[in-house]
Amino acid sequence: MICDVCQSEKATVFLSQMADGKLQKVNLCKICADDKGVTDPTGFALTDMLEGMGEESVTEKPAQPDELTCPSCGFTQTHFKKTGRFGCARCYSVFNEGLEGLLEAMHKHTEHSGKTPTHFEDLIPEKMEIEEVEEVHEQTNEEKLVELKESLNASVEAEDYEEAARLRDAISQLESQLEDSGQ
Amino acid sequence: MRFSTLLKKPAEWMRVSGPESDIVITSRVRLARNLVGHSFPGWADKHERSEVMEDVRPVLEELSEMKDSFSEEMTKLTAIEKQVLVERHLISREHAAKGPGCATVMNRNQTISIMINEEDHLRMQAIRPGLQLLSAFKSLDGIDSILEEELPYAFDPKFGYLTACPTNLGTGMRASAMLHLPGLVLSEQINQTIQAANRIGLAVRGLYGEGTEALANLFQVSNQTTLGKSEESVIENLAMVIENMIKNEHNARHKMLEDSPTMIQDQCGRAYAVLKHAHIISSKEALNHLSMIRLGCDLGFFPEEERESINLLLTEIQPAHLQISAKRKLTPEERDILRADIIRTNLKGLTEPEFSSIITERDTDEDE
Ligand SMILES: [Zn+2]
Ligand SMILES: [Zn+2]
Repeated sequence: MICDVCQSEKATVFLSQMADGKLQKVNLCKICADDKGVTDPTGFALTDMLEGMGEESVTEKPAQPDELTCPSCGFTQTHFKKTGRFGCARCYSVFNEGLEGLLEAMHKHTEHSGKTPTHFEDLIPEKMEIEEVEEVHEQTNEEKLVELKESLNASVEAEDYEEAARLRDAISQLESQLEDSGQ
Repeated sequence: MRFSTLLKKPAEWMRVSGPESDIVITSRVRLARNLVGHSFPGWADKHERSEVMEDVRPVLEELSEMKDSFSEEMTKLTAIEKQVLVERHLISREHAAKGPGCATVMNRNQTISIMINEEDHLRMQAIRPGLQLLSAFKSLDGIDSILEEELPYAFDPKFGYLTACPTNLGTGMRASAMLHLPGLVLSEQINQTIQAANRIGLAVRGLYGEGTEALANLFQVSNQTTLGKSEESVIENLAMVIENMIKNEHNARHKMLEDSPTMIQDQCGRAYAVLKHAHIISSKEALNHLSMIRLGCDLGFFPEEERESINLLLTEIQPAHLQISAKRKLTPEERDILRADIIRTNLKGLTEPEFSSIITERDTDEDE
Protein backbone atom coordinates (compact mmCIF):
# COMPACT_ATOMS: atom_id res chain seq x y z
CA MET A 1 0.00 0.00 0.00
CA ILE A 2 1.24 3.47 -0.93
CA CYS A 3 1.37 6.56 1.30
CA ASP A 4 -1.67 8.84 0.84
CA VAL A 5 0.34 12.00 1.26
CA CYS A 6 3.40 11.65 -0.93
CA GLN A 7 2.06 8.92 -3.19
CA SER A 8 5.52 7.46 -3.52
CA GLU A 9 6.71 5.62 -0.41
CA LYS A 10 5.34 2.45 1.11
CA ALA A 11 2.78 3.15 3.84
CA THR A 12 3.66 1.74 7.25
CA VAL A 13 1.43 3.85 9.51
CA PHE A 14 -2.33 3.23 9.30
CA LEU A 15 -4.71 5.57 11.05
CA SER A 16 -8.42 5.86 11.48
CA GLN A 17 -10.37 8.40 13.46
CA MET A 18 -13.99 9.47 13.94
CA ALA A 19 -14.76 13.02 12.84
CA ASP A 20 -18.20 14.56 12.25
CA GLY A 21 -19.74 11.11 12.69
CA LYS A 22 -17.73 9.68 9.81
CA LEU A 23 -14.82 7.28 9.94
CA GLN A 24 -11.74 8.61 8.19
CA LYS A 25 -8.79 6.45 7.22
CA VAL A 26 -5.35 7.41 6.10
CA ASN A 27 -2.21 5.44 5.29
CA LEU A 28 1.18 7.04 5.67
CA CYS A 29 4.82 6.28 5.12
CA LYS A 30 7.11 6.75 8.12
CA ILE A 31 8.51 10.05 6.86
CA CYS A 32 5.13 11.65 6.20
CA ALA A 33 3.88 10.37 9.54
CA ASP A 34 6.76 12.13 11.30
CA ASP A 35 6.23 15.23 9.23
CA LYS A 36 2.55 15.50 10.10
CA GLY A 37 3.30 14.93 13.76
CA VAL A 38 1.44 11.62 13.84
CA THR A 39 4.10 10.13 16.10
CA ASP A 40 3.28 12.84 18.62
CA PRO A 41 -0.37 11.93 19.34
CA THR A 42 -1.11 15.09 21.32
CA GLY A 43 -0.52 17.48 18.46
CA PHE A 44 -2.39 15.57 15.83
CA ALA A 45 -5.84 15.76 14.26
CA LEU A 46 -6.61 13.62 11.27
CA THR A 47 -9.06 16.11 9.80
CA ASP A 48 -6.45 18.86 9.70
CA MET A 49 -4.13 16.58 7.93
CA LEU A 50 -6.61 15.41 5.32
CA GLU A 51 -7.44 19.01 4.54
CA GLY A 52 -3.85 19.93 3.88
CA MET A 53 -3.16 16.75 1.97
CA GLY A 54 -1.50 16.93 -1.40
CA GLU A 55 -0.97 20.65 -1.01
CA GLU A 56 2.76 20.37 -0.78
CA SER A 57 3.30 18.45 -3.98
CA VAL A 58 1.08 20.76 -6.04
CA THR A 59 2.21 24.23 -4.93
CA GLU A 60 5.98 23.63 -5.25
CA LYS A 61 8.13 24.29 -8.29
CA PRO A 62 5.88 26.07 -10.84
CA ALA A 63 8.63 26.84 -13.35
CA GLN A 64 7.81 29.07 -16.30
CA PRO A 65 8.55 27.27 -19.55
CA ASP A 66 11.03 29.80 -20.98
CA GLU A 67 12.93 30.37 -17.76
CA LEU A 68 16.45 29.10 -17.14
CA THR A 69 16.06 26.00 -15.01
CA CYS A 70 18.62 23.71 -13.36
CA PRO A 71 18.31 20.32 -15.08
CA SER A 72 19.34 18.51 -11.89
CA CYS A 73 16.98 20.03 -9.37
CA GLY A 74 14.44 22.17 -11.23
CA PHE A 75 15.50 25.39 -9.52
CA THR A 76 14.92 28.67 -11.42
CA GLN A 77 16.28 32.21 -11.40
CA THR A 78 12.99 33.35 -9.85
CA HIS A 79 13.53 30.98 -6.94
CA PHE A 80 16.99 32.36 -6.41
CA LYS A 81 15.73 35.95 -6.37
CA LYS A 82 13.12 34.96 -3.85
CA THR A 83 15.28 32.97 -1.44
CA GLY A 84 18.86 34.09 -2.09
CA ARG A 85 19.82 30.42 -2.07
CA PHE A 86 20.46 27.80 -4.71
CA GLY A 87 18.77 24.43 -5.21
CA CYS A 88 21.78 22.18 -5.64
CA ALA A 89 25.52 22.20 -6.34
CA ARG A 90 24.94 22.18 -10.10
CA CYS A 91 22.93 25.42 -9.88
CA TYR A 92 26.26 27.25 -9.52
CA SER A 93 27.19 26.43 -13.11
CA VAL A 94 23.64 26.76 -14.47
CA PHE A 95 23.17 30.26 -13.04
CA ASN A 96 26.78 31.28 -13.63
CA GLU A 97 25.87 34.50 -15.41
CA GLY A 98 26.01 37.47 -13.08
CA LEU A 99 27.29 35.31 -10.26
CA GLU A 100 30.75 36.88 -10.19
CA GLY A 101 29.37 40.35 -9.63
CA LEU A 102 27.27 39.05 -6.78
CA LEU A 103 30.24 37.26 -5.22
CA GLU A 104 32.46 40.29 -5.62
CA ALA A 105 29.92 42.41 -3.76
CA MET A 106 29.47 39.76 -1.08
CA HIS A 107 33.03 38.57 -0.48
CA LYS A 108 35.23 41.11 -2.30
CA HIS A 109 36.72 38.06 -4.01
CA THR A 110 35.48 35.70 -6.69
CA GLU A 111 37.84 32.76 -6.34
CA HIS A 112 38.33 30.20 -3.62
CA SER A 113 41.55 30.00 -1.69
CA GLY A 114 41.99 27.51 1.12
CA LYS A 115 41.21 23.89 1.75
CA THR A 116 40.73 21.63 -1.23
CA PRO A 117 39.61 18.00 -1.00
CA THR A 118 42.58 15.75 -1.82
CA HIS A 119 41.11 14.32 -4.99
CA PHE A 120 40.57 17.83 -6.39
CA GLU A 121 44.11 19.04 -5.83
CA ASP A 122 45.41 18.11 -9.30
CA LEU A 123 42.78 20.35 -10.85
CA ILE A 124 44.20 23.51 -9.34
CA PRO A 125 47.10 25.10 -11.23
CA GLU A 126 47.66 28.14 -8.93
CA LYS A 127 50.26 26.70 -6.56
CA MET A 128 52.91 26.21 -9.23
CA GLU A 129 52.73 29.82 -10.37
CA ILE A 130 53.61 31.27 -6.99
CA GLU A 131 56.70 29.11 -6.61
CA GLU A 132 58.23 30.35 -9.83
CA VAL A 133 58.17 34.03 -8.94
CA GLU A 134 60.88 34.66 -6.31
CA GLU A 135 64.31 33.12 -5.47
CA VAL A 136 66.11 36.24 -6.70
CA HIS A 137 64.42 38.64 -4.29
CA GLU A 138 65.13 36.71 -1.12
CA GLN A 139 67.26 39.35 0.57
CA THR A 140 64.79 42.13 0.01
CA ASN A 141 61.93 39.89 1.04
CA GLU A 142 63.34 39.42 4.51
CA GLU A 143 63.81 43.12 4.95
CA LYS A 144 60.36 43.70 3.63
CA LEU A 145 59.03 41.26 6.17
CA VAL A 146 60.45 43.18 9.10
CA GLU A 147 59.03 46.37 7.71
CA LEU A 148 55.61 44.84 7.16
CA LYS A 149 55.51 43.51 10.70
CA GLU A 150 56.28 46.92 12.12
CA SER A 151 53.50 48.52 10.11
CA LEU A 152 51.17 45.73 11.17
CA ASN A 153 51.70 46.49 14.85
CA ALA A 154 51.12 50.15 14.23
CA SER A 155 47.88 49.61 12.36
CA VAL A 156 46.52 47.18 14.95
CA GLU A 157 47.20 49.74 17.65
CA ALA A 158 45.31 52.30 15.62
CA GLU A 159 42.39 49.90 15.14
CA ASP A 160 42.88 50.25 11.41
CA TYR A 161 42.01 46.61 10.91
CA GLU A 162 41.53 47.01 7.21
CA GLU A 163 45.15 47.94 6.73
CA ALA A 164 46.18 45.39 9.34
CA ALA A 165 44.37 42.61 7.55
CA ARG A 166 46.01 43.56 4.28
CA LEU A 167 49.43 43.60 5.93
CA ARG A 168 48.79 40.33 7.69
CA ASP A 169 47.96 38.69 4.36
CA ALA A 170 51.02 40.16 2.75
CA ILE A 171 53.16 38.89 5.63
CA SER A 172 51.84 35.36 5.51
CA GLN A 173 52.28 35.27 1.76
CA LEU A 174 55.86 36.47 2.08
CA GLU A 175 56.55 34.04 4.87
CA SER A 176 55.29 31.08 2.92
CA GLN A 177 57.33 32.18 -0.08
CA LEU A 178 60.43 32.42 2.05
CA GLU A 179 59.70 29.05 3.57
CA ASP A 180 59.19 27.39 0.19
CA SER A 181 62.34 28.79 -1.28
CA GLY A 182 64.37 28.08 1.85
CA GLN A 183 63.75 24.33 1.68
CA MET B 1 24.43 7.97 24.51
CA ARG B 2 20.98 8.82 25.80
CA PHE B 3 19.73 12.37 25.69
CA SER B 4 19.03 12.42 29.42
CA THR B 5 22.72 11.62 30.05
CA LEU B 6 23.76 14.45 27.78
CA LEU B 7 21.47 16.86 29.59
CA LYS B 8 22.87 16.01 33.00
CA LYS B 9 26.37 16.84 31.86
CA PRO B 10 27.10 20.48 31.15
CA ALA B 11 29.01 21.02 27.89
CA GLU B 12 32.78 21.11 28.29
CA TRP B 13 32.97 24.80 27.42
CA MET B 14 30.61 25.55 30.30
CA ARG B 15 32.82 23.82 32.87
CA VAL B 16 36.40 24.33 31.78
CA SER B 17 38.29 27.55 31.20
CA GLY B 18 40.73 28.27 28.39
CA PRO B 19 43.25 30.91 27.27
CA GLU B 20 42.06 34.51 27.88
CA SER B 21 39.09 33.09 29.76
CA ASP B 22 38.51 36.30 31.66
CA ILE B 23 37.25 37.94 28.48
CA VAL B 24 36.78 35.24 25.87
CA ILE B 25 34.08 32.78 26.88
CA THR B 26 34.09 30.48 23.87
CA SER B 27 35.58 30.01 20.42
CA ARG B 28 33.53 28.33 17.74
CA VAL B 29 34.23 27.24 14.19
CA ARG B 30 31.74 25.75 11.80
CA LEU B 31 32.13 24.26 8.34
CA ALA B 32 29.34 23.90 5.77
CA ARG B 33 29.52 20.96 3.37
CA ASN B 34 27.17 19.52 0.74
CA LEU B 35 26.98 16.37 -1.30
CA VAL B 36 26.82 16.19 -5.08
CA GLY B 37 23.74 14.69 -6.67
CA HIS B 38 21.28 15.89 -4.04
CA SER B 39 19.31 19.10 -3.78
CA PHE B 40 20.28 21.32 -0.84
CA PRO B 41 18.09 20.67 2.23
CA GLY B 42 15.93 23.78 1.77
CA TRP B 43 15.00 22.72 -1.76
CA ALA B 44 14.96 18.95 -1.35
CA ASP B 45 11.69 17.28 -0.44
CA LYS B 46 11.56 15.34 2.78
CA HIS B 47 12.24 12.03 1.05
CA GLU B 48 15.45 13.30 -0.48
CA ARG B 49 16.44 14.81 2.87
CA SER B 50 15.85 11.48 4.56
CA GLU B 51 17.96 9.74 1.91
CA VAL B 52 20.85 12.11 2.59
CA MET B 53 20.43 11.67 6.32
CA GLU B 54 20.49 7.90 6.00
CA ASP B 55 23.66 8.05 3.91
CA VAL B 56 25.46 10.51 6.13
CA ARG B 57 24.47 9.64 9.67
CA PRO B 58 26.17 6.21 9.89
CA VAL B 59 29.39 7.73 8.49
CA LEU B 60 29.36 10.38 11.21
CA GLU B 61 28.63 7.87 13.94
CA GLU B 62 31.63 5.81 12.79
CA LEU B 63 34.08 8.69 13.39
CA SER B 64 36.45 7.98 16.27
CA GLU B 65 35.58 11.42 17.75
CA MET B 66 31.97 10.31 17.84
CA LYS B 67 32.50 7.25 19.99
CA ASP B 68 29.54 6.95 22.35
CA SER B 69 27.97 9.94 20.68
CA PHE B 70 24.53 11.41 20.94
CA SER B 71 22.76 10.99 17.62
CA GLU B 72 19.11 11.74 17.03
CA GLU B 73 16.58 12.78 14.44
CA MET B 74 15.07 16.18 15.12
CA THR B 75 11.53 14.77 15.01
CA LYS B 76 12.37 12.52 17.97
CA LEU B 77 13.20 15.39 20.33
CA THR B 78 10.69 17.46 22.26
CA ALA B 79 10.57 21.23 21.79
CA ILE B 80 12.26 21.76 25.16
CA GLU B 81 15.04 19.26 24.46
CA LYS B 82 15.80 20.99 21.17
CA GLN B 83 15.78 24.34 22.92
CA VAL B 84 18.35 23.06 25.43
CA LEU B 85 20.69 22.26 22.54
CA VAL B 86 20.15 25.78 21.18
CA GLU B 87 20.89 27.33 24.57
CA ARG B 88 24.14 25.34 24.73
CA HIS B 89 25.05 26.55 21.22
CA LEU B 90 25.13 22.96 19.98
CA ILE B 91 22.51 23.43 17.27
CA SER B 92 21.08 26.51 15.58
CA ARG B 93 17.63 27.94 16.21
CA GLU B 94 16.81 27.11 12.57
CA HIS B 95 17.82 23.50 13.01
CA ALA B 96 15.64 23.16 16.10
CA ALA B 97 12.62 24.00 13.94
CA LYS B 98 13.39 21.31 11.37
CA GLY B 99 11.20 18.33 10.54
CA PRO B 100 11.80 14.89 9.00
CA GLY B 101 15.15 14.05 7.46
CA CYS B 102 17.10 16.27 9.84
CA ALA B 103 19.35 14.99 12.58
CA THR B 104 22.13 15.98 14.97
CA VAL B 105 25.20 13.98 15.95
CA MET B 106 27.45 15.20 18.76
CA ASN B 107 30.24 13.84 20.88
CA ARG B 108 30.12 13.11 24.56
CA ASN B 109 31.96 16.25 25.69
CA GLN B 110 29.72 18.36 23.46
CA THR B 111 32.77 19.87 21.81
CA ILE B 112 31.82 18.70 18.31
CA SER B 113 28.31 18.78 16.93
CA ILE B 114 27.19 18.03 13.40
CA MET B 115 23.81 19.08 12.06
CA ILE B 116 22.48 17.03 9.15
CA ASN B 117 20.25 18.93 6.72
CA GLU B 118 20.30 22.32 8.35
CA GLU B 119 20.72 24.87 5.55
CA ASP B 120 23.45 22.65 4.08
CA HIS B 121 23.68 18.87 4.10
CA LEU B 122 26.35 19.10 6.79
CA ARG B 123 27.06 21.83 9.28
CA MET B 124 29.82 20.77 11.64
CA GLN B 125 30.84 22.81 14.61
CA ALA B 126 33.62 22.74 17.16
CA ILE B 127 33.32 24.77 20.35
CA ARG B 128 36.13 25.43 22.83
CA PRO B 129 36.41 27.45 26.05
CA GLY B 130 38.46 30.65 25.84
CA LEU B 131 40.36 31.88 22.80
CA GLN B 132 41.18 28.72 20.83
CA LEU B 133 40.00 29.40 17.32
CA LEU B 134 42.83 27.62 15.57
CA SER B 135 42.59 24.46 17.65
CA ALA B 136 38.83 24.44 17.16
CA PHE B 137 39.41 24.68 13.42
CA LYS B 138 42.09 21.97 13.44
CA SER B 139 39.81 19.50 15.16
CA LEU B 140 37.08 20.06 12.57
CA ASP B 141 39.56 20.03 9.72
CA GLY B 142 40.66 16.54 10.75
CA ILE B 143 37.11 15.26 10.80
CA ASP B 144 36.40 16.94 7.49
CA SER B 145 39.40 15.25 5.86
CA ILE B 146 38.14 11.86 6.97
CA LEU B 147 34.64 12.61 5.73
CA GLU B 148 35.80 13.76 2.29
CA GLU B 149 37.04 10.21 1.66
CA GLU B 150 33.62 8.77 2.42
CA LEU B 151 31.19 11.40 1.17
CA PRO B 152 31.06 12.93 -2.34
CA TYR B 153 31.52 16.59 -1.41
CA ALA B 154 30.24 19.30 -3.74
CA PHE B 155 33.40 21.24 -4.53
CA ASP B 156 34.43 23.46 -7.41
CA PRO B 157 38.07 24.46 -8.03
CA LYS B 158 37.05 28.08 -8.62
CA PHE B 159 34.26 28.52 -6.09
CA GLY B 160 35.43 26.12 -3.39
CA TYR B 161 32.88 24.26 -1.29
CA LEU B 162 29.44 24.79 -2.80
CA THR B 163 26.84 25.89 -0.28
CA ALA B 164 23.10 26.53 -0.41
CA CYS B 165 23.66 30.22 0.24
CA PRO B 166 26.41 32.02 -1.71
CA THR B 167 27.32 33.92 1.47
CA ASN B 168 29.00 30.72 2.71
CA LEU B 169 30.64 29.79 -0.58
CA GLY B 170 34.38 29.03 -0.62
CA THR B 171 35.67 27.72 2.68
CA GLY B 172 32.16 27.33 4.13
CA MET B 173 33.81 28.40 7.36
CA ARG B 174 32.43 30.69 10.01
CA ALA B 175 34.71 31.30 12.99
CA SER B 176 33.48 33.22 16.01
CA ALA B 177 34.30 34.06 19.58
CA MET B 178 32.03 35.12 22.39
CA LEU B 179 33.50 38.03 24.34
CA HIS B 180 32.57 39.60 27.65
CA LEU B 181 33.15 43.33 27.24
CA PRO B 182 31.67 45.23 30.21
CA GLY B 183 34.56 47.71 30.26
CA LEU B 184 34.02 48.81 26.66
CA VAL B 185 30.25 49.01 27.23
CA LEU B 186 30.43 51.02 30.47
CA SER B 187 33.00 53.39 29.00
CA GLU B 188 30.89 53.76 25.86
CA GLN B 189 33.62 52.65 23.49
CA ILE B 190 31.74 49.62 22.25
CA ASN B 191 30.22 51.20 19.14
CA GLN B 192 33.58 52.39 17.96
CA THR B 193 34.97 48.89 18.52
CA ILE B 194 32.12 47.33 16.56
CA GLN B 195 32.54 49.74 13.66
CA ALA B 196 36.28 49.12 13.43
CA ALA B 197 35.63 45.38 13.19
CA ASN B 198 32.82 45.86 10.65
CA ARG B 199 35.15 47.77 8.39
CA ILE B 200 37.22 44.68 7.67
CA GLY B 201 34.29 42.38 7.18
CA LEU B 202 33.85 41.07 10.70
CA ALA B 203 30.41 40.92 12.25
CA VAL B 204 29.87 41.85 15.89
CA ARG B 205 26.52 41.20 17.47
CA GLY B 206 25.10 41.16 20.96
CA LEU B 207 24.61 37.63 22.17
CA TYR B 208 21.19 37.81 23.73
CA GLY B 209 18.45 40.36 23.26
CA GLU B 210 17.26 42.24 20.21
CA GLY B 211 19.10 44.65 17.96
CA THR B 212 21.93 46.58 19.47
CA GLU B 213 21.05 45.83 23.05
CA ALA B 214 23.58 43.34 24.36
CA LEU B 215 22.54 41.56 27.51
CA ALA B 216 25.26 40.48 29.90
CA ASN B 217 27.72 42.54 27.83
CA LEU B 218 28.34 39.49 25.69
CA PHE B 219 29.28 39.93 22.05
CA GLN B 220 29.93 37.52 19.25
CA VAL B 221 32.65 38.41 16.76
CA SER B 222 32.80 36.46 13.50
CA ASN B 223 34.04 36.57 9.92
CA GLN B 224 31.43 37.57 7.37
CA THR B 225 33.08 36.48 4.15
CA THR B 226 34.16 33.01 3.12
CA LEU B 227 35.50 33.35 -0.41
CA GLY B 228 39.06 34.21 -1.42
CA LYS B 229 40.94 33.76 1.85
CA SER B 230 42.25 30.57 3.37
CA GLU B 231 40.81 29.26 6.62
CA GLU B 232 44.04 29.96 8.50
CA SER B 233 44.30 33.53 7.27
CA VAL B 234 40.67 34.25 8.18
CA ILE B 235 41.29 32.88 11.66
CA GLU B 236 44.54 34.82 12.03
CA ASN B 237 42.82 38.07 11.13
CA LEU B 238 39.95 37.34 13.47
CA ALA B 239 42.31 36.40 16.30
CA MET B 240 44.32 39.57 15.74
CA VAL B 241 41.22 41.74 16.09
CA ILE B 242 40.04 39.79 19.12
CA GLU B 243 43.42 40.15 20.82
CA ASN B 244 43.24 43.87 20.27
CA MET B 245 39.71 43.96 21.68
CA ILE B 246 40.98 42.10 24.75
CA LYS B 247 43.70 44.67 25.18
CA ASN B 248 41.22 47.55 24.82
CA GLU B 249 38.85 45.91 27.27
CA HIS B 250 41.67 45.60 29.83
CA ASN B 251 42.59 49.24 29.29
CA ALA B 252 38.97 50.35 29.68
CA ARG B 253 38.75 48.44 32.96
CA HIS B 254 41.93 49.96 34.32
CA LYS B 255 40.82 53.41 33.35
CA MET B 256 37.44 52.92 35.02
CA LEU B 257 39.11 51.71 38.19
CA GLU B 258 41.17 54.87 38.20
CA ASP B 259 38.53 57.38 37.11
CA SER B 260 35.35 56.05 38.66
CA PRO B 261 35.97 53.26 41.17
CA THR B 262 32.78 54.10 43.06
CA MET B 263 30.68 53.41 39.99
CA ILE B 264 32.20 49.92 39.61
CA GLN B 265 31.83 49.22 43.33
CA ASP B 266 28.22 50.23 43.08
CA GLN B 267 27.52 48.03 40.06
CA CYS B 268 29.20 44.98 41.57
CA GLY B 269 27.65 45.59 44.98
CA ARG B 270 24.16 45.91 43.55
CA ALA B 271 24.59 42.79 41.42
CA TYR B 272 25.69 40.91 44.53
CA ALA B 273 22.76 42.14 46.60
CA VAL B 274 20.13 41.39 43.97
CA LEU B 275 21.37 37.96 42.93
CA LYS B 276 21.86 36.84 46.55
CA HIS B 277 18.42 37.96 47.66
CA ALA B 278 15.99 38.09 44.73
CA HIS B 279 13.12 35.59 44.65
CA ILE B 280 11.72 36.63 41.28
CA ILE B 281 14.12 37.62 38.53
CA SER B 282 13.79 38.05 34.77
CA SER B 283 16.37 36.64 32.43
CA LYS B 284 17.44 40.12 31.38
CA GLU B 285 18.04 41.37 34.92
CA ALA B 286 19.84 38.18 35.88
CA LEU B 287 22.14 38.23 32.86
CA ASN B 288 23.16 41.82 33.42
CA HIS B 289 23.92 41.29 37.10
CA LEU B 290 25.81 38.06 36.38
CA SER B 291 27.94 40.07 34.00
CA MET B 292 28.86 42.46 36.82
CA ILE B 293 29.74 39.57 39.15
CA ARG B 294 31.93 38.14 36.44
CA LEU B 295 33.64 41.51 36.06
CA GLY B 296 34.03 41.59 39.85
CA CYS B 297 35.79 38.21 39.71
CA ASP B 298 38.20 39.52 37.07
CA LEU B 299 38.94 42.61 39.17
CA GLY B 300 39.54 40.64 42.36
CA PHE B 301 36.40 41.76 44.24
CA PHE B 302 35.14 38.18 44.26
CA PRO B 303 37.13 34.91 44.33
CA GLU B 304 38.28 34.00 40.84
CA GLU B 305 36.86 30.46 41.09
CA GLU B 306 33.36 31.94 41.09
CA ARG B 307 33.78 32.77 37.42
CA GLU B 308 33.10 29.15 36.57
CA SER B 309 29.77 29.10 38.40
CA ILE B 310 28.82 32.31 36.60
CA ASN B 311 29.59 30.66 33.25
CA LEU B 312 27.39 27.73 34.17
CA LEU B 313 24.60 30.00 35.36
CA LEU B 314 24.55 32.02 32.13
CA THR B 315 23.25 28.86 30.47
CA GLU B 316 21.38 27.22 33.34
CA ILE B 317 19.01 30.17 33.77
CA GLN B 318 17.83 30.04 30.15
CA PRO B 319 14.15 29.02 29.72
CA ALA B 320 14.63 25.47 28.40
CA HIS B 321 17.31 24.62 30.97
CA LEU B 322 14.99 25.81 33.73
CA GLN B 323 12.18 23.61 32.43
CA ILE B 324 14.44 20.58 32.14
CA SER B 325 15.54 21.05 35.74
CA ALA B 326 11.89 21.47 36.84
CA LYS B 327 10.98 18.43 34.71
CA ARG B 328 7.87 20.22 33.43
CA LYS B 329 6.68 23.15 31.37
CA LEU B 330 6.79 26.44 33.27
CA THR B 331 4.96 29.71 32.77
CA PRO B 332 7.18 32.80 32.46
CA GLU B 333 6.26 33.77 36.05
CA GLU B 334 7.25 30.33 37.34
CA ARG B 335 10.49 30.54 35.42
CA ASP B 336 11.38 33.86 37.07
CA ILE B 337 10.93 32.26 40.48
CA LEU B 338 12.91 29.13 39.67
CA ARG B 339 15.64 31.26 38.07
CA ALA B 340 16.04 33.23 41.29
CA ASP B 341 16.14 29.99 43.32
CA ILE B 342 18.82 28.45 41.14
CA ILE B 343 20.94 31.59 41.23
CA ARG B 344 20.73 31.88 45.04
CA THR B 345 21.68 28.21 45.43
CA ASN B 346 24.59 28.43 43.02
CA LEU B 347 25.95 31.61 44.53
CA LYS B 348 25.67 30.36 48.11
CA GLY B 349 29.47 30.32 48.40
CA LEU B 350 29.89 33.79 46.93
CA THR B 351 31.32 36.04 49.61
CA GLU B 352 30.69 39.76 49.96
CA PRO B 353 32.64 41.90 47.51
CA GLU B 354 36.09 42.82 48.74
CA PHE B 355 37.05 46.27 47.49
CA SER B 356 40.29 46.81 49.42
CA SER B 357 42.29 46.76 46.19
CA ILE B 358 40.79 50.06 45.09
CA ILE B 359 39.78 51.66 48.37
CA THR B 360 42.95 53.76 48.56
CA GLU B 361 42.05 55.66 45.42
CA ARG B 362 38.57 56.41 46.72
CA ASP B 363 39.34 59.98 47.79
CA THR B 364 40.19 61.09 44.28
CA ASP B 365 36.80 59.94 43.03
CA GLU B 366 34.79 62.95 44.16
CA ASP B 367 34.07 64.82 40.95
CA GLU B 368 33.76 63.28 37.51
ZN1 LIG C 1 4.88 9.65 2.36
ZN1 LIG D 1 20.20 22.76 -9.17
